[in-house]
Amino acid sequence: MKTRTFSAMVPAVLLIAAAVAAQPVRVENLEAQDSPNDAGGAVELRWSLSDGTDFPDSITVLRESPDGGMEVVGTKPGVSTGDVDTGLENGREYSYLVRVHRGGEVAAELGPVSAVPAAQWLHTERWGMLVILIILAGFILYFIEQGKKGRELYIREIAGLTAVDDAVGRATEMGRPVLYVPGIMDMDNIQTIASMVILGRVAARTAKFGSPLLVPVSKSVVLSVSQEVVKESYLEAGRPDAYQSDNIFYLTDDQFGYAAGVDGIMVRERPAAIFLLGTFYAESLILAETGRSVGAIQIAGTAMPSQLPFFIAACDYTLIGEELFAASAYLSREPKLLGSLKGQDVAKLFFIAVIIVGVLAFTLGDFWEPANEVADFIRLLTHVE
Amino acid sequence: MRLYVPLAITFVAGMIMILQFFIPHQPFPMLGDGVQDWYVIVASSAIFLGILNLLRVHVKKIRLRKRHWQYSPVTIVGFLTMFVSGVAWGVTEETPFYYLFNQMVVPMGATMFSLLAFFVASAAFRAFRASNWRATLLLASAFLVMLGRVPIGDIIWRWIPGAAESSHPYLVSEIAEWIMQFPNMAGQRAILIGAAMGVVATSLRMIFGIERSYLGGAD
Repeated sequence: MKTRTFSAMVPAVLLIAAAVAAQPVRVENLEAQDSPNDAGGAVELRWSLSDGTDFPDSITVLRESPDGGMEVVGTKPGVSTGDVDTGLENGREYSYLVRVHRGGEVAAELGPVSAVPAAQWLHTERWGMLVILIILAGFILYFIEQGKKGRELYIREIAGLTAVDDAVGRATEMGRPVLYVPGIMDMDNIQTIASMVILGRVAARTAKFGSPLLVPVSKSVVLSVSQEVVKESYLEAGRPDAYQSDNIFYLTDDQFGYAAGVDGIMVRERPAAIFLLGTFYAESLILAETGRSVGAIQIAGTAMPSQLPFFIAACDYTLIGEELFAASAYLSREPKLLGSLKGQDVAKLFFIAVIIVGVLAFTLGDFWEPANEVADFIRLLTHVE
Repeated sequence: MRLYVPLAITFVAGMIMILQFFIPHQPFPMLGDGVQDWYVIVASSAIFLGILNLLRVHVKKIRLRKRHWQYSPVTIVGFLTMFVSGVAWGVTEETPFYYLFNQMVVPMGATMFSLLAFFVASAAFRAFRASNWRATLLLASAFLVMLGRVPIGDIIWRWIPGAAESSHPYLVSEIAEWIMQFPNMAGQRAILIGAAMGVVATSLRMIFGIERSYLGGAD
């Protein structure tokens, strides 16, 4: 008897459990607003989902059409919590309905809600970056003026850049070429641009000392720029006859094909000095170790943190991050460029102070509430979307 | 003229890119997209310069019998084989180009990549010599990180009596994770922040015409 009663109860308990477990998820709190930080023409629709496990099959977004009817502008999965309607006219009001579908039928309808799309003049998530840029530019411009006025600007010694003359001189003494590798990225990469700037300075020295300069490149635009930069440097050094366009040549766009080509040049030509300056990825150590194996003095530089350890382990000198970008000013000793470098250094000091204040404020915030406000302000300032 | 036109183009293009980053209102996004499209067009057109340069340099090497000229025919034949097979039969699956790419280019690339393992070993051997206290610190950190990244590190730790039942049964991997997450991350971020400021400063120098050596010549 007891067994039969228990058996009869089991399906009922399971049904109740299933009903509790399959609690339907409700779609609620529908809102429409102009899509922020864009050129306009878009409305963001947001809704929330209540607790539960039984999600709707789909959610349809409808927009009021000019003739007064409703047209479907988007169908989203039942787990979604929003949609963006694009291609709208700025300044016109748009009304929306949201329909929730279950089992092929409309289970609920939310709305109407309306919004007016508009364009924004300032990206609100990026104003902190604008402040940082203005501060940095301010320091740079101030110190450029100081440089122009003839103020003595102290710039710390960068060993890798001081060694450029020694490296080129060594190549001249040994009667071997100088190899300059500008990385594997194109001219839209700032490290490649910085590398071109340094190439000009190195070419001026090879022109002066009379050493052959080999520049294998992996991008066609870099080839054109390299040829122009080296040619101009040789012209300025009064050695246009020494310029050989064939020494600046294209190898391949392929990453490891380029590495193989440069390695081959290292082994065959046995350069006395190798410059690895620009953007490098996995080929960095392949190049640097091969360069080391041929006994060349190597000066490397990149702003890729993941490749820096390889260069530090395999090269004689390494320009770390910002030093790559400082090279032109450092090598030229031109007051305006040195001023900009000094401004950058002072701005860095300022931001170091901001970071320290932020860290201290965040730490103290656990014990003293006002410190949290300082930390939040700094976080807001430094947050960039 | 030769100097001022490129400077003006740099200034206008640079300012457009800065403004479109901060101002979402038209026409700045449209102008920013336009500048980027122009770069893609110029870069795509320039690929022919690379090809011509490649052929010219190697043909000249063969013609003048320059040193190591024997490698040049290999380069030219390789290039022409890929070029002709791509133009004649396309580059989709089941074409000669596809076959050559998958059976030759990819394995050769993989071969170069695999050399990295040996180069890492030789570079690590040099870098991890305990020649002074800083190198010793580096050696110890590297040893702990390597040990913590493989299961045997924690297995060795758990052999120690009482270690498995302690509050840190996976101490070696915890230490490795701590080194990566704190000292290593702090160092990487410092480099990144410095590099980012260098990028901004270099860009400003170029946009405002203070840095001109990339246009050719040193000044």
